[in-house]
Amino acid sequence: MSLNFNVPEFMVERNEDRCIQCEVCVRQCANEVHTYDEEDNKVYADETNCVNCHRCVLMCPTRALSIKKHSLEFRENANWTASAMNEIYKQAQTGGILLSGMGNPKPYPIYWDRMLLNASQVTNPSIDPLREPMETKVILGRKPEKVTFDEDGNMTTKMPPQIELSTPILFSAMSFGSISKNAHASLARAARETGTLYNTGEGGLNKEFYEFGKNTIVQVASGRFGVHKEYLNAGAAIEIKIGQGAKPGIGGHLPGEKVGEEVSATRMIPEGSDAISPAPHHDIYSIEDLRQLIYSLKEATDYKKPVFVKIAAVHNAPAIASGIARAGADVIVMDGYRGGTGAAPTRVRDNVGIPIELALAAVDQRLREEGIRNEVSLLVAGSVRNSADVVKAVALGADAVYIGSAAVIAMGCHMCQKCYTGKCNWGIATQREDLVKRLNPEIVSTRLANLIRAWTHEIKEMLGGMGINAIDSLRGNRLMLRGIGLSEKELEILGINHAGE
Amino acid sequence: MKRVYANETYCVGCKLCEIHCAVAHSESKDIIKAYKKEKIKPMPRIVVEDDMPISFALQCRHCEDAPCIKACITGAMQKGEQTGIVTNEENRCVGCWTCILVCPFGAIVRNEQGKKVAAKCDLCAEIEDTPACVKNCPNEALKYEEEGE
Amino acid sequence: MLKKEGQIRIPSGCAISGIMNRKGERFSGEDIIASIALMHERSNGLGGGFAAYGIYPEYKDLFALHVFYDDVEAKIRAEDFLNTHFDIESSGKIPTTKVSAITKSPMIWRYFIKPRKFKLIESELNEEEFTARCVIKINTYFDGAFIFSSGKNMGAFKGVGYPEDIGEFYMLDTYKAHLWTAHGRFPTNTPGWWGGAHPFTLLDWSIVHNGEISSYDANRRYVEMYGYKCNLQTDTEAITYLFDLLNRKHHMPLETVVKVLAAPMWQDIEKEAPEQAKKLKALRAVYASALINGPFSIILGFKNGMLALNDRIKLRSLVAAEKGEMLYVASEESAIRVVCQNPDKVWTPKGGEPVIGLLNEEAKV
Repeated sequence: MSLNFNVPEFMVERNEDRCIQCEVCVRQCANEVHTYDEEDNKVYADETNCVNCHRCVLMCPTRALSIKKHSLEFRENANWTASAMNEIYKQAQTGGILLSGMGNPKPYPIYWDRMLLNASQVTNPSIDPLREPMETKVILGRKPEKVTFDEDGNMTTKMPPQIELSTPILFSAMSFGSISKNAHASLARAARETGTLYNTGEGGLNKEFYEFGKNTIVQVASGRFGVHKEYLNAGAAIEIKIGQGAKPGIGGHLPGEKVGEEVSATRMIPEGSDAISPAPHHDIYSIEDLRQLIYSLKEATDYKKPVFVKIAAVHNAPAIASGIARAGADVIVMDGYRGGTGAAPTRVRDNVGIPIELALAAVDQRLREEGIRNEVSLLVAGSVRNSADVVKAVALGADAVYIGSAAVIAMGCHMCQKCYTGKCNWGIATQREDLVKRLNPEIVSTRLANLIRAWTHEIKEMLGGMGINAIDSLRGNRLMLRGIGLSEKELEILGINHAGE
Repeated sequence: MKRVYANETYCVGCKLCEIHCAVAHSESKDIIKAYKKEKIKPMPRIVVEDDMPISFALQCRHCEDAPCIKACITGAMQKGEQTGIVTNEENRCVGCWTCILVCPFGAIVRNEQGKKVAAKCDLCAEIEDTPACVKNCPNEALKYEEEGE
Repeated sequence: MLKKEGQIRIPSGCAISGIMNRKGERFSGEDIIASIALMHERSNGLGGGFAAYGIYPEYKDLFALHVFYDDVEAKIRAEDFLNTHFDIESSGKIPTTKVSAITKSPMIWRYFIKPRKFKLIESELNEEEFTARCVIKINTYFDGAFIFSSGKNMGAFKGVGYPEDIGEFYMLDTYKAHLWTAHGRFPTNTPGWWGGAHPFTLLDWSIVHNGEISSYDANRRYVEMYGYKCNLQTDTEAITYLFDLLNRKHHMPLETVVKVLAAPMWQDIEKEAPEQAKKLKALRAVYASALINGPFSIILGFKNGMLALNDRIKLRSLVAAEKGEMLYVASEESAIRVVCQNPDKVWTPKGGEPVIGLLNEEAKV
């Protein structure tokens, strides 16, 4: 055996004055970092496998543990950084593609943080959401250009199917397989409790969750796993997934080890077999093919379910979005390059796609220039981190946002980015029974619902501050935004003025 | 009466219940002092049975018609008239282990540090409203409630 | 240099007033001037104006354009365009008188026109749409020319100054109309551009408005999808276009337009009978971006009457009164009583609840 060049990323610091050798850390670490030595009556750590997920830190009853960045230094080099070198060591050893979990962590600009919101002062009053109604209801779906009435005032317009949400926040697609059944159950319950939707992802829908149908978006992706008529009709809407922000242009791969009895039944594939989603849909090689799939799905569901089409935000997003709108989609979903994932090739995750803020601004503007923005709904995803991000997204032109990473963080995720190992210590991105049971849907669905409620409260406060009492009046209201530290070009794309202007 | 019920579906096998039970029954009630300084080693009255992924915490069920009370040769084992809590009065206990022998749940343990006594769950009746095990379960796998709630 | 409307968005507070005779009997501008003058404190001398309906009976089939020119060159360029697209029946300066408080007025011209037949046929539009597009075109692309009134048998008169001075300047006591609306402006920052004063008009629509809407950019970007250009960046302009889009283009009755612009709250919609709830829900879903949010009170003048409306949570004052065939609306009750001492009825309309005054059948134009 040759020498392994990989060095630990983290150090476990154990305060021996506090450690009572209770071994909770030993029992809780799925990466087997901690071990108890009976002879020494001491707990030791082998840090090579530590992913810094904080499970041991938070479970330790005496708060004896802390995790630090490993102190091992490489010679300072602005070009050949430690991570650049470590990645080469890894690839030289394995000959494989580097894998990562969660979203792009690189220090690209975050445009949410370069935009500031407005508030009313003197010339128009701010509105107090505790005293006055403050409406956050959002209606997603295709809209006719106008509503018409006959001579008696009866409506003659037939409305396409619409979905009512109590708040402009939905849970984004995470498949059963990539996340655990308990995680799915938590999302479903929280969505029902807060009047919003969660999304099955491409793994099909466990029969037990059909009861949450009104709050479910069922996804149809390139692998078509778990897709059948009953499934399509089980949800409130159908989402065709063309791409995902974390890995535009790349398919998916759920390793056979994760395909246990239930995943196998839900995905309709043999137990233990790899679930491979092709990079493209092999029946969609062009926009007219997409139209056919949209209408096949509408046929299968009696035109009762809105069809969403989700794409990764890429360079040509405005033209693609326009095509999707014209292909008959009811809702366009765009996922920015910071969007999370269970597993993506690191190079793709970190280098492909564009920021959702810019894509959103460009797409909204393009659809308006074509006069069709009002006909489709626009949903965005790709790292919406808090309620201010939601407000800014709506002001740029989104109808609503999807949250994925924020939702898993609410569930306990600590962004260790090792989802693809299947050893999630928080019971989220794993199928290992002993780990899955760590996620109690009763607790976690409440945490998720709390998050939605908290953000909704904050959205109401910010709306009120702007003198607006319905989220409708914020949508595309870019005068409510000002850029800070942005170039002329960036301001132009975002369609906003600079602060002070 | 209110009892502690275990929900094995969400028991993560961390054994924090054991640790906090032991602290609750220690002299100092301070987790670090109890484990590091006290002469009598803290001893839990609750046991996590585990063969992962299956695990659950077990402790005295405070039976209506408790065999341990009948079996007790000194009358140390008693049931509170109002509370229904089965407690072992350690002054009177002689450590004959008959109660351990008859307990159908295996919920009584030997405490042989110092005076030999049988140690068992007293639902933390003297210190807290909620037993320490329930309060410190990180996953709500232990509930303290009336039967059938 | 201070930027004018169109280069920057300028918020302003205001006073508004409207008087109409439902029988269509015409009366001079004296009352409306007296009414708006009473609310002197609500404006700051940086804008005042009036709209009058029924003033040009002799030209009632022609579009009456009122135009501001910065200079002669602008006039030549605009007239060139007008001559190409319209038959001009009559034109001339709008008569004004010297008022000490009114200075730096632009050249103010009036044209009675109708679209040239072949141009109209070529455009495949109706007369209204053709004229509206030409007006928008001049106001967008012709520097130094601004058409501030373009309806039939009606006209707007406005400028920089207190409204009562503007009324005197245009000699409104010499005009007779069956409907007058007026506006006194309190902008928070303006260089005083005549085009920026109210009312804002498009064809027969005229709007005077008090308030600063918070939904402006949402409304603007919505109407701009349908061929409108919000050159002035004012609320009034956006509201006018919304009325035009919904009523003229989407054929929505005014009562319904009101349900869009000052939409009922969701909590109130839920309480409606199922059929009505379904209708209101559809309106809110389709016209979400047409909801006007934030404080406003407006008086909309049009061919057959007027409509006064408050925002849905009534963040601006608006009072209405009736006496016989006369209907009054104003920001303050005193502005009504100064011209009508003993109204039959005085009331305060609720937020989102319109006051609609229509000409009697026989008086309709």
